[in-house]
Amino acid sequence: MKRLELWLYIAQRGSALVLAPLVLLHLAVILYAVSGGLSAGEILGRTRASLVWPATYGLFVVAAAIHAAIGLRVVVGEWTSWRGRSLDVAMFGFGLLLLLLGLRAVRFIA
Amino acid sequence: MRHHPSYRAFLAHRLSGIALALFLPVHLLVLGLAVETAALDGFLDWAAQPMVKAAEAILVVLLALHMFGGLRLLAIELLPWSDRQKDWIGWAAAAALAVGAGFVLRSLA
Amino acid sequence: MTGTLRVEIWRGAEDGRFEAFEVPTQPNQTVLDLVTYVQRKLDPSLAYRFACRVGVCGSCAMTVNGTPRWTCRTLVRKVAADGRVRVAPLRNLPVIKDLATEMAPFFDKGQEARGRFIPSDPSAKAVATIPPEDPKRKEADGGIECIGCAVCYAACDVVAWRPEYLGPAALNRAWTLVNDARDGDATGHLQAVAEDAGCHACHAHQSCAEHCPVGLNPARSIAGLKRLVILAALRGQL
Ligand code: SF4
Ligand code: SF4
Ligand code: FES
Repeated sequence: MKRLELWLYIAQRGSALVLAPLVLLHLAVILYAVSGGLSAGEILGRTRASLVWPATYGLFVVAAAIHAAIGLRVVVGEWTSWRGRSLDVAMFGFGLLLLLLGLRAVRFIA
Repeated sequence: MRHHPSYRAFLAHRLSGIALALFLPVHLLVLGLAVETAALDGFLDWAAQPMVKAAEAILVVLLALHMFGGLRLLAIELLPWSDRQKDWIGWAAAAALAVGAGFVLRSLA
Repeated sequence: MTGTLRVEIWRGAEDGRFEAFEVPTQPNQTVLDLVTYVQRKLDPSLAYRFACRVGVCGSCAMTVNGTPRWTCRTLVRKVAADGRVRVAPLRNLPVIKDLATEMAPFFDKGQEARGRFIPSDPSAKAVATIPPEDPKRKEADGGIECIGCAVCYAACDVVAWRPEYLGPAALNRAWTLVNDARDGDATGHLQAVAEDAGCHACHAHQSCAEHCPVGLNPARSIAGLKRLVILAALRGQL
């Protein structure tokens, strides 16, 4: 693809823009849930009440998978001698793995 | 050559990013498995152990650091240049530590 | 102040070693003075580069105690805190001999980044009027005084990790042209810096700005290029 690096860079920054508010939300959820030891029933009871939670966390998973895979590809390319097609394929696989694992986890709060 | 604040901010961003990227699959896998096998309560019990809590606190700080540092980078790259971005490094680090402190305090409460 | 100073100088090409010399100290001595003394008095076979000796030509850059610097304007007393000076060739460039590096890759990247003026009207007779308060003029002003010394290029870790990266000086030059009202090929400049080793490879860690001897901030110029390149790419103008 022409200008692959530029488009990956744009996807990286675009996903970062999406992630920033979601991470803020996630941190708030963590801080909220950590005290008082929520039980599984309580957590699922709240998330299953509406579609907002699974939709939000679904978006979170998609953005994080894109962001992490592109970021890791840059780091590996700069800090190791692994480059080229095989690295691209491996990092694509890494992103896909994150996506599947994440969507599987999100499915259960829906 | 690497002894200046912007470089240290870069290193912190990169190292926290690597740690988060490696932790993420484990996090999602464990979470998915726990919910799938209805073992979430057991998982939450496990997660209540002090060592696990400490590790979580570190991850929370790394996540906050990566996010606040990332906001600074986005501001540098997407907004008109400001020499204030040097000060933002301190603010990003302070905010990340505050989140970590909040996590520790709330989990003790 | 009299006495001598132990000066270690890189000898050889990529494979080489440091050789120590005792050089008499003088007030207000520069690192270039030390190297020149060694070449004139102690070992005429020492290879190094300089021309103006007053910080204009950009040819005297070397690595002094691990930091890239213009040696003609670097006072010994500023860098020899522990009574020791170690002079090596600039990083990120092939070494020809001793302190002289092959500068071609650095200047070639200036061309690769399309860092040359493309007149919008080659037949223009009158001098173009650009008001000093014009915002683009101000942006260009901020980057225009580059002396091409490659200190930033040597300080940049991305150049070290990704050798094809265009580097701070070439991109800074492109930024001044994009902001030059007389230049007729803004899109051409942006296309050049949007290639795979272009501006987006920069991590904004600003070692370039920390080390530029004339106080330029290539990281700022590169951030400006990133914005224009993102916009142009999203609009399909590249
Ligand atoms: S800010 Fe960019 S150009 Fe400057 S040293 Fe860092 S990576 Fe290199
Ligand atoms: S930007 Fe500064 S350090 Fe880089 S080549 Fe120009 S004058 Fe030298
Ligand atoms: S000799 Fe010309 S800049 Fe140092």
